[in-house]
Amino acid sequence: MTLNRRDFLKVSGAGAAVALTGCATQSASTAAKGNPHVVIVGAGFGGATCAKYLKQWGPNIDVTLIEPNDKFVSCPISNWVLGGIKTMDDITHGYDNLPKRGIKMVKDYVVGVDTAQRMVKLKGGSSIAYDRLVLAPGIEVLTDTVKGFKDAEAAGKVVHAWKAGEQTALLRKQLEAMPDGGVFVMSVPTAPYRCPPGPYERACMVANYFKKAKPKSKIILLDGNPDIASKKGLFMNAWNTYYPGMIEYRPNNAPFAVDGTKMIVSTEFDDVKGDVLNVVPRQRAGEVCAMAGARNDSNGVWCTVNLATFESTTVPNVHVIGDSVLSNLPKSGHMATNHAKVCAAAIVELLAGRQPDPIPVVANTCYSATSDTTSGYVANVFRFEAGKGYVSAPEGGATAKGDELNFAYNESWAQNIWAEVLG
Amino acid sequence: MTIKTIALSLAASAGFGLAGVASAADLHTQAISATCMSCHGPGGKSLGAIPSINGLDKDYFVKQMKDFKSGARQGTIMKRHAYGYTDAEFEAMGAYFATLK
Ligand SMILES: Cc1cc2nc3c(=O)[nH]c(=O)nc-3n(C[C@H](O)[C@H](O)[C@H](O)COP(=O)(O)OP(=O)(O)OC[C@H]3O[C@@H](n4cnc5c(N)ncnc54)[C@H](O)[C@@H]3O)c2cc1C
Ligand code: HEC
Repeated sequence: MTLNRRDFLKVSGAGAAVALTGCATQSASTAAKGNPHVVIVGAGFGGATCAKYLKQWGPNIDVTLIEPNDKFVSCPISNWVLGGIKTMDDITHGYDNLPKRGIKMVKDYVVGVDTAQRMVKLKGGSSIAYDRLVLAPGIEVLTDTVKGFKDAEAAGKVVHAWKAGEQTALLRKQLEAMPDGGVFVMSVPTAPYRCPPGPYERACMVANYFKKAKPKSKIILLDGNPDIASKKGLFMNAWNTYYPGMIEYRPNNAPFAVDGTKMIVSTEFDDVKGDVLNVVPRQRAGEVCAMAGARNDSNGVWCTVNLATFESTTVPNVHVIGDSVLSNLPKSGHMATNHAKVCAAAIVELLAGRQPDPIPVVANTCYSATSDTTSGYVANVFRFEAGKGYVSAPEGGATAKGDELNFAYNESWAQNIWAEVLG
Repeated sequence: MTIKTIALSLAASAGFGLAGVASAADLHTQAISATCMSCHGPGGKSLGAIPSINGLDKDYFVKQMKDFKSGARQGTIMKRHAYGYTDAEFEAMGAYFATLK
């Protein structure tokens, strides 16, 4: 990547400077060849939504969406599959509607980004030029950080299932094959990680299944965090009322090794034996962000962006949305769709030489099921303030107890957000 | 778009992005309305238990949002979301959702 100091200062400045970059983009590269071209990497919650809204708000923009997978497999509701109350089919959806919106879908994987030439290189061998690039690759799971994980994973013994798909189906099979009286050991990565309430919802869903099918079984939750990282009241309430004595919670217990032959997870304190092991290692921004020089936080793990436009703080014309972004906003699918909308609106304005909305708003809701009939949620609205970033509005927060009405809304939320992303 | 809506959107969005957008509502209004669609479905049309909000009468819409905010109307979650937006934004969103079929 080549980036001189002047460019760097231009993009790392606030609103006005970004708008300038936008004008420059238009005159330098789009005027010559007609329609501006936005390339989006990853058709998950963030990328697919961004593509849709770019076409809706900027019909003159050519949008290319690059994704290696044939189908969208949703992480939301994947815990319900593990609990046996939904199937893989329920969480698997096609991309067929996106081309009908005028989005060009390319089935490939990005293996390189040349930010000076504004080109992405594809595994298939070709290259695609862009005026603006949106990176929405989700997470890369740091399987190297837990000794033995890669071997156990390759042998099909231990999975993370923190990206929905084959691993979700395999983990469900392992749970089904487990005898009554068995032990399910699950680890929770230290924050920040994808979907803060996700591990605790998973514990509820597996417990709900055990309660019905194998009531003598146990769950040991090895948490890398000092405490339940999200919706503590909701989950404690569910564990105590629905599954008393079934879930053993151990805070500050990050695993450093796993043995898929002896079926042991090792923490600083203990070697924990189980019949089914579900180790979820720490995570970082998808590798394409590193290729673009955008995985730029102090640890080289997440991406820092101008949160009003989601443009990288170091690489001009490159935006990052979804789980890869470092901010005070939770890493959720719901939030990824909100990043996508703010980013799409900003790109439309920047490409037209106008100033992006100085006060964008993003909202989050994470519903979690606590049993096969009850759910709770955490919900917040965040409003951008110059110099402060996203500030949480009053009255945001979590439910203390799951209930049936929220379970119905949880299911409805999933149907609606899938339609919103892919419809 | 009525004069009143324009004035309110201006107040809500500090004059941002009124020109050149495909639809009558300004882009700030469309973008904040889009935050609702992650729950209420594309275009505000829900597929299930969450109510649809497309095509609602504007005055009814604004009253519901204000009532959610004040607590006059009870619900599971709308108070938390209503608190994130201004009265001027309720007006602008109400005008926009009323146009969605
Ligand atoms: C068990 C679990 C439960 C969850 N439950 C919820 C929930 O109830 N509600 C909620 O809001 N969120 C939930 N989440 C979180 C949610 O799944 C993520 O926050 C969301 O998927 C993030 O969206 P994204 O667009 O950043 O990434 P993703 O949705 O993961 O999409 C990334 C896409 O990029 C593609 N990609 C990656 N690299 C490349 C490349 N180099 N070239 C081309 N394509 C590439 C991938 O194939 C993928 O399709 C849950 C997560 C888990 C694990
Ligand atoms: C987390 C999901 C969620 C989000 C996000 C959300 N809503 Fe709602 N909305 C609901 C639910 C659930 C109800 C039913 C009332 C309740 O339980 O709070 C509802 C009810 C409503 C109603 C009443 C409909 C009627 O027919 O009386 C309106 C109006 C409404 N929402 C508008 C909005 C607007 C505008 C936004 C965005 C600013 C929004 N909602 C965001 C879930 C959501």
